[in-house]
Amino acid sequence: MFEGFDTGVILKNLHFLIEGMQTTLLLTVVAMIGGLVLGTLLALSRLSPFKPLSFIAGSYVNFFRSMPLILVIFWFYFLVPHIVGRPVGGFYSVLVAFVLFEAAYYCEIMRAGIQSVRKGQVYAGQAVGLTYVQNMRYVVLPQAFRNMVPILLTQAIILFQDTSLVYVVGVKDFLVSADLVANRENRILEMFTTVAVVYLLICLAGSIFVRRLQRKFAT
Amino acid sequence: MKYNWDWTVLISEPYMDWLISGFGWTIAVSLLAWILAFSLGSILGILRTVDNKILRGFATGYVELFRNIPLLVQMFLWYFVFPELLPHDAGMWVKRDLPMPEFTTAAVCLGLYTASRVAEQVRAGINSISIGQSHAGLAMGLTPAQVYRYVLLPVSYRIIVPPLTSEFLTIFKNSSVALTIGVLETTAQARQIEEYTFQGFEAFTAATLLYILVTSTVMLLMRLIEGRVRIPGMISLGAK
Amino acid sequence: MYKRISLIAIACVLLLAGGIPSYAQESSVLSRIKERGTVNMGHRESSVPFSYIGDDGKPQGYSIDLCMKFIDAIKAEVGMPELKINFVPVTSQTRIALMANGTIDLECGSTTNNLTRQKQVDYLPVTFITGTKLASKKDSGITEIEDLEGKTVALSLGTTNEKAIKRVAEENGINIKTVMVKDHPQGWLSVETGRADAYASDHVLLYGLISKAKNPDDYHVTGRFLSYDPYGIMVPRDDSTYRRLGTVTLADLMRSGEAKQIYDKWFNPGPTNINMPMSDTLETAFEIQALPH
Repeated sequence: MFEGFDTGVILKNLHFLIEGMQTTLLLTVVAMIGGLVLGTLLALSRLSPFKPLSFIAGSYVNFFRSMPLILVIFWFYFLVPHIVGRPVGGFYSVLVAFVLFEAAYYCEIMRAGIQSVRKGQVYAGQAVGLTYVQNMRYVVLPQAFRNMVPILLTQAIILFQDTSLVYVVGVKDFLVSADLVANRENRILEMFTTVAVVYLLICLAGSIFVRRLQRKFAT
Repeated sequence: MKYNWDWTVLISEPYMDWLISGFGWTIAVSLLAWILAFSLGSILGILRTVDNKILRGFATGYVELFRNIPLLVQMFLWYFVFPELLPHDAGMWVKRDLPMPEFTTAAVCLGLYTASRVAEQVRAGINSISIGQSHAGLAMGLTPAQVYRYVLLPVSYRIIVPPLTSEFLTIFKNSSVALTIGVLETTAQARQIEEYTFQGFEAFTAATLLYILVTSTVMLLMRLIEGRVRIPGMISLGAK
Repeated sequence: MYKRISLIAIACVLLLAGGIPSYAQESSVLSRIKERGTVNMGHRESSVPFSYIGDDGKPQGYSIDLCMKFIDAIKAEVGMPELKINFVPVTSQTRIALMANGTIDLECGSTTNNLTRQKQVDYLPVTFITGTKLASKKDSGITEIEDLEGKTVALSLGTTNEKAIKRVAEENGINIKTVMVKDHPQGWLSVETGRADAYASDHVLLYGLISKAKNPDDYHVTGRFLSYDPYGIMVPRDDSTYRRLGTVTLADLMRSGEAKQIYDKWFNPGPTNINMPMSDTLETAFEIQALPH
């Protein structure tokens, strides 16, 4: 049943596939920004001298890092309608799951980034009379972000790939759209191969870009 | 909220058996995949550091290919597309006569995927050793193979214990992706118990605890091992 | 807790005294419907022909029609003929969460009624009966589960069908290879690509899958029922007044033969050409559940 590779089916459903890719990208970008913001707050809490706060942040990170992403997606798909008390599209449920899940990973990256800023910088900030918040805002975080850009982007590529897991709850991302077409048109071979190639090209371009950036930063 | 908690569902028949067997499959997929990932990843990692351009290019190509396609898509490729690409008889054999087709496919796929990540860790480990060490080895008359065997590898493997641990934990968590091609592992069973009994919170909690249990145990064991293999004066490489 | 026990006690006394007048007991679901002026109906989006989105973008199907009758009864009960209906799409993963948190007042889909699930929700009388059967190529020679000896059957993860096949195979010492699939299209695909010799699922779904196949004439639904899966409309738990209202509505429909008419509208042959005349079992079930007033 798979004689000849039917490219027509891809062109015919191109519009549908592009819509799916838009969902994938939207999910990636929002999860990245949300995860980064929450992750930074968590990292600051983890490094905070206030023990209960750093303990809570640490437990949060360890908890999410122990769980498979698929299980987290299931959890929130089930949990979110319970909490908000009205039907929530699968998209918003997985968005919450991704932001909270990614935050744990971004937290670790940010923590490493903040710790990579030399102690002398912090002391200098304190010496000129900056408060803790000002010191973080104007001295530590800008440098930490700069050090972390390559790793943050690598994590973004991983996140971009991980969003394909929304397949398990049927949110219409790129993969699910392709899967729907594959089932409808009976063109599994064509659709899954296309999906693989598209992901490969995007991620490859991404990692080459990151490598260039790394080289630039290193010099 | 009118959710009726009923934790007894977890210890009642047949749901407890489902969880236990699911946990068994999680462990089985993870271990088999890890054996494959570790062996293949080590070879690829070494190849990425050798002088031979073709070998190095092959290993680099492998790593880029397997690292840049989502695991779930790879699962589908192996399960749905791969048998159709084979000659008809071989394809039918893969589809029909392969022992435990879903399990085997999942473990192999996960192993090949993780091999690309292990390769990167091994390469980083080898590269972290100063070039002077291998020069010294060569100067003493060791062949390049002997340099790897007696100088580079013993040191680099000790350095990369922490990142490899974290790769193992990743494989363990990623094994849940196997549910998409029909392996009834822990997450799939939790999902199934929810579907059956509507006691979703209980089922997901049980699965969560099982994962945390394994993760914590592995971390604890590794901390002990790490302490014993750490090379004095050398900092362990962090996972990237 | 004591309050609930005493309510039950009162209910029992009233029952002995000759039936409960519908206003005797406060119904929390009815009062919240009255307060809101809307009834929230949970429906599926692609459970053909029970509950799915039609070409006009509105939910339709066998379960929806039955639920509409129930909603008519609700309108009469609360005295609000202008009661609005709010359609809430649910999935097999969200239906219980939305029922438990009070979002939906009834779920009209294709949900199996089982005793474990009754710890979370209540059901109205059985409105459809299905069970596990096999779909295979006509020329495969497979007509019963016994014919699968040494062959491969596709099973959908987490379904009653999976358990049924495994149980029957074990009881009768039949040696069957299985291949697990995630959903119905995947299961069907495995039969079409030759990965499996048969796909086991609820017989109503198999009819639907075959009607959509490239060559529907090459396949058939075959064998005896290997499990018993009664579908019912799902309602919130612990509100007997509300549930009774639904029971009365359905009993009336079954008694008058209107339920059969609605069935024929969707199944015989039905808008999707599913072509499933009413089974004797379901006919008997309707007779038994058509309780007298």
